[in-house]
Amino acid sequence: MKALRNFLDKIKPSFEKGGRFEMFHSTFEAFETLMFVPDKVTTQGSHIRDAMDMKRAMIIVVFALVPATLFGIWNIGYQHFLAAGEEPGFWSTFLFGLWKYLPLLVVSYVVGLGIEFMFAQLRGHEVNEGFLVTGFLIPLIVPVDIPLWMLALAVAFAVIIGKEVFGGTGMNILNPALTARAFLFFSYPAWMSGDQVWVAGLKHGLQAVDGFSGATPLAEAAAGKIEHLPSAMQMFLGTIPGSVGETSTLAILLGALFLIYTGIGSWKIMVSAFAGGLVMGLILNLFAVNPYMEVPAWEHLLLGGFAFGMVFMATDPVTAAQTETGKWIYGFLAGLLAILIRVLNPAYPEGVMLAILLMNVFAPLIDHYVIEANIKRRLKRAKVTAQ
Amino acid sequence: MDKVIKLKRGLDIRLQGEAEKKVGRASEPGSFALKPPDFHTLVPKLTVHEGDEIKAGSPLFFDKYRPEILFTSPVSGQVKTIFRGERRRILEVIVIPDGKQDHLTFRKSDPLSMKREEIVEELLKSGVWPFIRQRPFDHVADPEDTPKAVFISLFDTSPLAPDYAFILKGEEKVFQTGVNALSMLSGGKVHLGVHPERSDSAFVSALQNVEIHYFKGPHPAGNVGVQIHHTDPINKGDVVWVVNPQDVLIIGRLFEEGIYDPQRIVAVAGSEVKEPQYYRTRVGASIAPLVEENVKEGDLRFISGNVLTGTKIAKTGYLGFYDSLVTVIPEGHYSEFFGWLMPGFGKFSFSRSFFSWLTPKKKYRLDTNLHGGHRALVFSGLYERVLPMDILVMQLLKATIIGDIDQMENLGIYEVVEEDIALCEVIDPSKTEMQSILRNGINVLIKELG
Repeated sequence: MKALRNFLDKIKPSFEKGGRFEMFHSTFEAFETLMFVPDKVTTQGSHIRDAMDMKRAMIIVVFALVPATLFGIWNIGYQHFLAAGEEPGFWSTFLFGLWKYLPLLVVSYVVGLGIEFMFAQLRGHEVNEGFLVTGFLIPLIVPVDIPLWMLALAVAFAVIIGKEVFGGTGMNILNPALTARAFLFFSYPAWMSGDQVWVAGLKHGLQAVDGFSGATPLAEAAAGKIEHLPSAMQMFLGTIPGSVGETSTLAILLGALFLIYTGIGSWKIMVSAFAGGLVMGLILNLFAVNPYMEVPAWEHLLLGGFAFGMVFMATDPVTAAQTETGKWIYGFLAGLLAILIRVLNPAYPEGVMLAILLMNVFAPLIDHYVIEANIKRRLKRAKVTAQ
Repeated sequence: MDKVIKLKRGLDIRLQGEAEKKVGRASEPGSFALKPPDFHTLVPKLTVHEGDEIKAGSPLFFDKYRPEILFTSPVSGQVKTIFRGERRRILEVIVIPDGKQDHLTFRKSDPLSMKREEIVEELLKSGVWPFIRQRPFDHVADPEDTPKAVFISLFDTSPLAPDYAFILKGEEKVFQTGVNALSMLSGGKVHLGVHPERSDSAFVSALQNVEIHYFKGPHPAGNVGVQIHHTDPINKGDVVWVVNPQDVLIIGRLFEEGIYDPQRIVAVAGSEVKEPQYYRTRVGASIAPLVEENVKEGDLRFISGNVLTGTKIAKTGYLGFYDSLVTVIPEGHYSEFFGWLMPGFGKFSFSRSFFSWLTPKKKYRLDTNLHGGHRALVFSGLYERVLPMDILVMQLLKATIIGDIDQMENLGIYEVVEEDIALCEVIDPSKTEMQSILRNGINVLIKELG
């Protein structure tokens, strides 16, 4: 460690202003602070500070994603071999998944971080850690066979248009990971929906065995084939086709508990989002005119990307409502809309992405009214004392 | 007992080196200093030159815009240096004591038998007035105002805070005289913020002319601003005066003995102090005799005040005008290898993102390391968890950063000063300098209000 520290101290001057590699200052700083928490001390205000910084906060979210990711990797292999009618052992299944998953992760990080580093240098800022999470989320919410160039394009779009034009992490209006997914969804629909894309190999000529459809349960449901839905247990465990990390409600719940316990994720948003989804499901049950509307409300919470979206995407502190009362409203409406779009809009088999993006846009409005209420309370108090 | 207001939100930071409840002996300080930066928004005008002989209670400087407010010497002796900083700003007026402690004498009288103007005049003349501060803004009170209340918090919940029950023991009579003077100033009762267990109930129940409010809960429950918020909140145009408990004694002594006697019992605490305990000294005293032989080796930070809001001073620096505590903690000049990734068993954090949540009762030896770099504000809902007030901290700060005065007023800038949001600053993962942002905002506001 000492030698590394000394080496960094030695090369540091050439990255400072006036040095030979000044244009890589942000990059150097990013790597330096990644390896060593800086030796800066407090100069004004409080003399002591909490050990948590943005890096810690972000890595906690990544940790929370680990169960869903590991399961997702295994499930890539499981679905592939199921389609092919083979039954290799656990490790072959897992390694096949890893082989498919890693390129997605690498492309996402390399493209996204590259752009982040560039913007940090242009602005003279430190590199922000927000993309650690975004870059990890993106591979989990795309189909496994998405061509890498498409993914690269989507990441670039999300980072530049979704985030940096607004001023970077902390200033963006839309969740960057969902922006990437929306970009793919509307630009390359053939690669984002249908029966072929969710299982590795199908799009590339793998002949599925008889009886294997490859469609996600949502697609089946949207097509009215409710009887084809897997069992609730299968959906809860996640042994179904879908985007890489979204299938296992169990793994997602583990992550959710971790986020809530560490205090990083907002339990208010998660709870109210699930409540919103449940309420919409019940309303649909009440007015059921087709089999899809008859699906039990609670089963909707296991279907598709609902759990993943509400736990990891809706809770993004930057794009969610930022007041505590606002969070209840925001989460509830996100859950409500997700199920509404999913069941009633035939064009979009899954409503979670659009529901959250829509609520991202409305979050400032919700906050506005919560803030106004706070102001009104204060003004009212002033009048009472004046009398 | 009356109703106890229980505050839930907040955070007690447990630090090592709490002061033992005894008053130690230390040699007399070799110099004293009055520091104009201790007083927000003050523009000082000197009345002395280097080399002048002065008595205790002689003015050293006054407020340029309110010349009746004098700042006087705590001891008799000679003005040694007038220490200036950038743009000739006066930082310290240093006085070498002559050991005789010659006092200027003021009127000795029972404040209850005096007129309000007479009390104000005595306080101003003697230099005791600056101990009375006003909310909003936390600067020296304006003698022309009549406050809607005077508020004293009798307990301090900040880390390593001095125990006022111990300090005030035996001072009932002087304290009562001080309270009487303050009650004449406000024209009503003096409000006392009291902790049902930490305050001395016999002391409290013997007091007259006071209205007692009981508060319980983690820091900042002892902050007078929080207590005002829960009893009689400050709206635009309101003025409330606040005084520290020990400074009530200084006011009391002025009327009991007719002299300016700014004695104070100061706690010397912190993980790097060998024998943390209390000492009797004066306002503006050099801390050198208190810490010279009494601190451990290493690169240390000396703070006049507590670790949340105190002022960084040198080892030979001077006790601040309003401070009853000297804290000594280690500096944090080190870079930690992958510190953000480690399990962090011994790391202090409000969040449960380090394993230190396993040991909630642990007392920490915290240093001054920032633990990260400055980032944009990302986390919402975090700051309100350590501020038991109906205030949206992040929104208020954002309004302050962009200088939106209407919104600052709307969101309650009149109700908070630095000490109230200090905890928000401590737990902020974005490492925002919230206290200085708030102070800059208050300065803008004062300028705008005229």
